[in-house]
Amino acid sequence: MQIDRRLVAHFDWPLLLLALVFVAIGVTTIYSANYNIAEEHAGGLPSRQLLWLGLGIVAMLTAVAFDYHYLNRLAYPFYGAMLLLLLLVIFVGHSGGGSQRWINLGFFRLQPSEPAKLAIVLVMAKYLQNDEPAQGLRLSDLWVPFVLVVPLVFLTLVQPDLGTAIILGIVFLSMILMGGLRPRSFLYLVGAGLAFLPIGWHFLKPYQRARILTFLDPDRDPLGAGYHVIQSKIAIGSGRLFGKGYLHGTQNRLDFLPAQHTDFIFAVFSEEWGFVGCLILLMLYFALIIYSFRLIERAKDRFGGLLVFGMVAIFFWHVVINVAMVTGIMPVVGVPLPMVSYGGSSLASMMFALGVMINVSMRRYTF
Amino acid sequence: MALLADISRQDGAPELRRRARLLYLLLILVFGALLIRLFFLQVVDGERYTFLSENNRVRIKRIPGTRGMVLDRQGQLLVDSRPSFDLLFVAEDAEEPESTLRQLAHYLRRDEKELLAVLEENKKRPAFEEIVIGKDVDWGTVVAVETHQIDLPGVSLRARPRRSYVDGPIGAHVLGYLGEIGPKQLQVLKEQGYATGDEFGQYGLEKTWESFLRGQSGGQQVEVDALGRRVRVLHEVTDVPGYTVHLTLDRQLQETAFEALKGKEGTIVALDVNTGAILAMVSTPAFDPNVFARGIKSDEWQALMKDRLRPLSNRAIQGQYPPGSTFKVIMAIAGLEEGVLQPESRISDPGYYYFGNRQFRDWKKGGHGSVDLHRAIVESCDTYFYQAGQRIGVDKIAKWARAFGLGEKSGATLDDEKAGIVPDSEWKRKRFRQPWYPGETLSVAIGQGYLTVTPLQLANMMAALANGGTLYRPRIVDKIESVDGTVVREYGPEKIRRISLKPATLERLHKGLADVVKGVGGTGAAARSSIVEIAGKTGTAQVVEMKGGSYVKSEQLAYFNRDHAWFVAYAPVQNPRIALATLVEHGGHGGDAAAPLAKKVIEKYMELQARPTEQQQARNEGTTRAD
Repeated sequence: MQIDRRLVAHFDWPLLLLALVFVAIGVTTIYSANYNIAEEHAGGLPSRQLLWLGLGIVAMLTAVAFDYHYLNRLAYPFYGAMLLLLLLVIFVGHSGGGSQRWINLGFFRLQPSEPAKLAIVLVMAKYLQNDEPAQGLRLSDLWVPFVLVVPLVFLTLVQPDLGTAIILGIVFLSMILMGGLRPRSFLYLVGAGLAFLPIGWHFLKPYQRARILTFLDPDRDPLGAGYHVIQSKIAIGSGRLFGKGYLHGTQNRLDFLPAQHTDFIFAVFSEEWGFVGCLILLMLYFALIIYSFRLIERAKDRFGGLLVFGMVAIFFWHVVINVAMVTGIMPVVGVPLPMVSYGGSSLASMMFALGVMINVSMRRYTF
Repeated sequence: MALLADISRQDGAPELRRRARLLYLLLILVFGALLIRLFFLQVVDGERYTFLSENNRVRIKRIPGTRGMVLDRQGQLLVDSRPSFDLLFVAEDAEEPESTLRQLAHYLRRDEKELLAVLEENKKRPAFEEIVIGKDVDWGTVVAVETHQIDLPGVSLRARPRRSYVDGPIGAHVLGYLGEIGPKQLQVLKEQGYATGDEFGQYGLEKTWESFLRGQSGGQQVEVDALGRRVRVLHEVTDVPGYTVHLTLDRQLQETAFEALKGKEGTIVALDVNTGAILAMVSTPAFDPNVFARGIKSDEWQALMKDRLRPLSNRAIQGQYPPGSTFKVIMAIAGLEEGVLQPESRISDPGYYYFGNRQFRDWKKGGHGSVDLHRAIVESCDTYFYQAGQRIGVDKIAKWARAFGLGEKSGATLDDEKAGIVPDSEWKRKRFRQPWYPGETLSVAIGQGYLTVTPLQLANMMAALANGGTLYRPRIVDKIESVDGTVVREYGPEKIRRISLKPATLERLHKGLADVVKGVGGTGAAARSSIVEIAGKTGTAQVVEMKGGSYVKSEQLAYFNRDHAWFVAYAPVQNPRIALATLVEHGGHGGDAAAPLAKKVIEKYMELQARPTEQQQARNEGTTRAD
């Protein structure tokens, strides 16, 4: 393959560097979450996460290698593949923690709902890339994207994985707003959504209702989910200004925290690094997002801008929902902290997303 | 920068650029909010959370919902929950766990090694988790722990309801028992709100009606002090007691039936002829479910499992036995309904019947002489039914047996019911890939061969015959009520099928079965009662096949080779109300071993029927007062 010299010169090093910083923070925190005081070393999780980093770099390079306009052609096939994988989960899926989300590939358990987030961005960017009408888009202009997104949301909901379903929905909404949905149409959509809630509610079984109510209000289940939030808040709060020090988080070590290495990793980090650590970590995310907003402004075309926007929307919503949930201002819905939480599917998907951003960034000068 | 902006403005996405500016605002607002939240948690309230983390004293105390009661048809208590105490220990709350346990052993006068061993076993569990160091402890322990609480940091008592089976082993097989949820079961049951340490119906009604009996567990999120004592309750979820289950069983009748079977292995099942309600179901030898309630020890469990007399088996529904001569009821019905048997025509019985080149013996040496259908039923003449079987054919016999519910599970909501086997030519082809041999029909005709039934099936067969041909589904649960008395479910009689029978057939059977008990030469004379007229049929089920022409008395055989004794019956003959099946394993002849037991139960039932019901009592009292 011949590589254009200009591309190498314009490679977006800051994005790659940020990615590596996040993974470094992630692996060290996973090490702490996985640390066994008695044996004085961690289990296999941190080294496995490094392995997933390798997988992620491959995903990133793949996303960088070809002109992002190829994604225009790949969007629907990629979407179709994700739909198939999510269907496959229902039939041959691997269960864990009360839900069925994974496909066992032997060396690796693929969680298709993670790359499915990318599929939403690809098909939406493809669909919305044409110039918008002067008055903005109406809902009737958007029936195709609706038809595309509903099955993905439904298939993740039945796993059940409420967190991913919310991310899919909210990224979809973000993209149609960015794509030029009329404000009035947006209100219609919100109204219709609210109207649909009681109808959908009616069809749920009592135990499903109870589960959703507990999701929304953990105080309903003070002996389960509510307990976890309290312990998470104690962990974060007790970190105070400078933290308890690396590997010295007591909440984490005494197993008071649930899902320490995945959804609650922010609590482990906060306990050990304190408010200063949290400030730095959030500023890093802030920097990544601001940087991508600059990319949107400077993108060569609408397709590229929408791609970057969609990818950064995934980042943004993950960070916000995850931090809000572990600090107890939102119900616990199970969303990972991007690039930091343990998990190969999530890490590789996020690296691919960054790859797409780099791709758009470095090709903004080529014509 | 201005230059770059100029370049990009020439192309594609002006709207995106405009909206991106709004995004900066949104980003700053949201991240600002998150940081403020973190600032409050970590800096403003940091000290409080540090205290909480250093003294992580937020505990979950689960309070399992009190299980529902089980009552008999008269509202008498069969199963209840009584208060009891478990002794708990939280290692983290004790300064020095081992010395605390030594102290405890001293107060309780227990072996300290035993207590320390429990601590060792649970070493791998987090130190803040409760360890159960004594289940269902006695009152002395409760008093000792309460008195010396100051010296025993980390030791606490937990009140929890325990199952109490009022009549011990009587009806144990029907009621069943509870057991702690195993790790494998828990994986499945977690979704339904069960937790480690919860109990779960493992057998009998406790298992099949678990979802109604269990109730909902509640609990408290509590803050405890350094000694593990409760400081305040942070959150509370109240528990909801389980439903009360009303059974169709009659406690007095159960007692009589159990008493009748004392010292024997066997079972008695009694049904209400007109509703299918199970009035009595006992199986012996039995076990005491209270042993399970206090926590069965491993050696006790091993003893129950290894006992050759199988005390854990509910013989009424899980025992599959050859019906022996009781099957002649089906034979007579099949013969009459198919028009094969002429009731008046007689055969001459020399005591054996030759078929092919094999001699089929009658149970009575020398034979019954000249017999018609009536005498064949009354005297249980094998030779008559050998011939009848040969003429009816196995497929039609099977058809009638199945019509009366044999060969299929009755569908009573009891645990692990067996179906028995009603063989026919198709069954044999499928099972053994062999044709049906006519000689095998002769074995089936006297209730032997491949044919097996459960006692419940035979009782239900008699009930259907007694009520004129309606086969009801046997049922054990009458209704389910919540604690406040609201009826949650009510189960009325359920018909499985209506068997169409000619009135003449019914009449012949009723007469024949009545004469089994009261007629001259009747095999069931031992069931003759002075208070009620009983109709029935005896049966003797061979456990091992008799060889050649030798007549061996059952008593002369080794115990486990002796015949099973059957007696199936209904009463009163005019207007029947109760039907029952009695089986005494290795009891020998049905007329001797089983019929007297059936009589006892039926007489008790008639006596109970004469007793005024609670309603009548209330009404009588009312009228007395009015007078």
